[in-house]
Amino acid sequence: MNYWPLAGIAIVVIGFALRFNPLMVVVGAALATGVLAGLDLVAVIEALGKAFNDNRYISVTWIILTVIGLLERYGLQQRARTVIEGMRGATMGRLLVIYLAFRQLTAALGMKDIGGHPQAVRPLVAPMAEAAAEKTHGDLAEDEREKVKAMAAATDNVGLFFGEDIFFAIASILLIQGVFESAGYPLTPLQLSVWAIPTAICAFLIHGSRILAMDRRLGRVAR
Amino acid sequence: MITYEWLYILAGIFFAIWALLSLRDGCKGNAAFWALLAGSFLFGSHFSDLVNGLLVLAMVGIAGLGGLKRSDPPTTSVEERATSSARLGNRLFLPALIVPLTAVAGTLLYNYTPLGETGLFEERRETLLLFGIGVLVALVVAMLWLKPPALAPAEEGRRLLDSIGWAAILPQMLAALGAVFALAGVGDIIGGVAGSVIPEGSVFLTVMVYALGMALFTMIMGNAFAAFPVMAAAIGIPLLVQQYGGNPAVIGAVGMLAGFCGTLMTPMAANFNIVPAALLELKDQNAVIREQVGTALPLWVCNVAIIYVGAFLLWN
Repeated sequence: MNYWPLAGIAIVVIGFALRFNPLMVVVGAALATGVLAGLDLVAVIEALGKAFNDNRYISVTWIILTVIGLLERYGLQQRARTVIEGMRGATMGRLLVIYLAFRQLTAALGMKDIGGHPQAVRPLVAPMAEAAAEKTHGDLAEDEREKVKAMAAATDNVGLFFGEDIFFAIASILLIQGVFESAGYPLTPLQLSVWAIPTAICAFLIHGSRILAMDRRLGRVAR
Repeated sequence: MITYEWLYILAGIFFAIWALLSLRDGCKGNAAFWALLAGSFLFGSHFSDLVNGLLVLAMVGIAGLGGLKRSDPPTTSVEERATSSARLGNRLFLPALIVPLTAVAGTLLYNYTPLGETGLFEERRETLLLFGIGVLVALVVAMLWLKPPALAPAEEGRRLLDSIGWAAILPQMLAALGAVFALAGVGDIIGGVAGSVIPEGSVFLTVMVYALGMALFTMIMGNAFAAFPVMAAAIGIPLLVQQYGGNPAVIGAVGMLAGFCGTLMTPMAANFNIVPAALLELKDQNAVIREQVGTALPLWVCNVAIIYVGAFLLWN
């Protein structure tokens, strides 16, 4: 068997490690893989063009940015902040668990841009978690402070990843549908998205209990 | 009948407007990039594969040479936003909710009432088509309610789109990479390697190798989107679905989620794991990944169990 096409994977790894532009890395890997598999360059460019064209539906979802941007202009982020600030008095543990639930539920409803690191975690979630932790445990050591902030960022990721697939107009669901359809297994997005629910529940239980455990641990170190 | 082609034309118009606004703003690189994407959406179905391929290479060239910049269209100040947020209250969430509600309620109505028999939408495309309709409805409602300047939605959309930049087409590009990998037989090679590792007839071990492959390959590629077509073609479809008769919906959906566990553990997924560490000014670049490993590993085990139980024990 010709194992040379696997060099494309190596290109991806090295390209990312050297911090080249990811689009360049991806296309470079695609061209190299095709050529090493014995196709000629024009055929590979054709295959890339056809696949890009066939997958346009993935990028259609950006049209929602007009709606979100317009609402931000009138204070959508400030409103989200006010709603979460209404829950002040919570501990770091409870605060992050509530944010986890909020992030999972809104992502499951297709509002995956409501949270996010630049918009929500840096200005809102991380400082609030830090303040709540200090309220309960007193001054934090530098590395504890870092851990609290990192956990806030991690909570955003976990909430997004294991909430969004419950919403069926999301790119990953459409990609799964496309792959199975071309293999002769037509599935509806709804059939796929219901199967994201068990994992979403597991993610909430596992990550939620880790947040609460961290909150308890912070207390122990402080004493 | 409403098909994806309608949606492509709609999105093509949006990207074309963003290109024109970028041009007016003097952002030539942005204008060229979004214009090429608009061209792909509007005319892609009529171009030859080679033209589409050259179009992709041109876009990548612009992005790779640093031609895409953040834009700064005029918008409201933080104070103005705070004032209008207080004035408008929680009603501000309503227009944002129109889009998911239209897509969700519409899909349910279309599939479980006689509406589906009208054949209004292309088969199995109704959700994304309803999403597009939802965006238009939300836009009209927000415009009538808030009465912003006519160009405001386009400019605000451009502000957000340019802050995402070339990353906006990375998922689509990774899907294309997956297709080229499939054509080059990467899935078959990995499948061959994996197949020689898996003992014949062991459904559970095959599920494990599939989920492990999704997680590891996602860590290498930085994105479950690129791993999925490969692992589905290598193990998911030929072994789990065809040979062992598993439920394709579970194998597809939960396989992708096993890949997401890999996303939590890799610096390759820069925008989720490295960018926030920079944003939060953490000393350790991998601090976010460190907090995520403890969730990702047990969750991966859960996914293996869910695939095994859902796709095989409950299905048969």
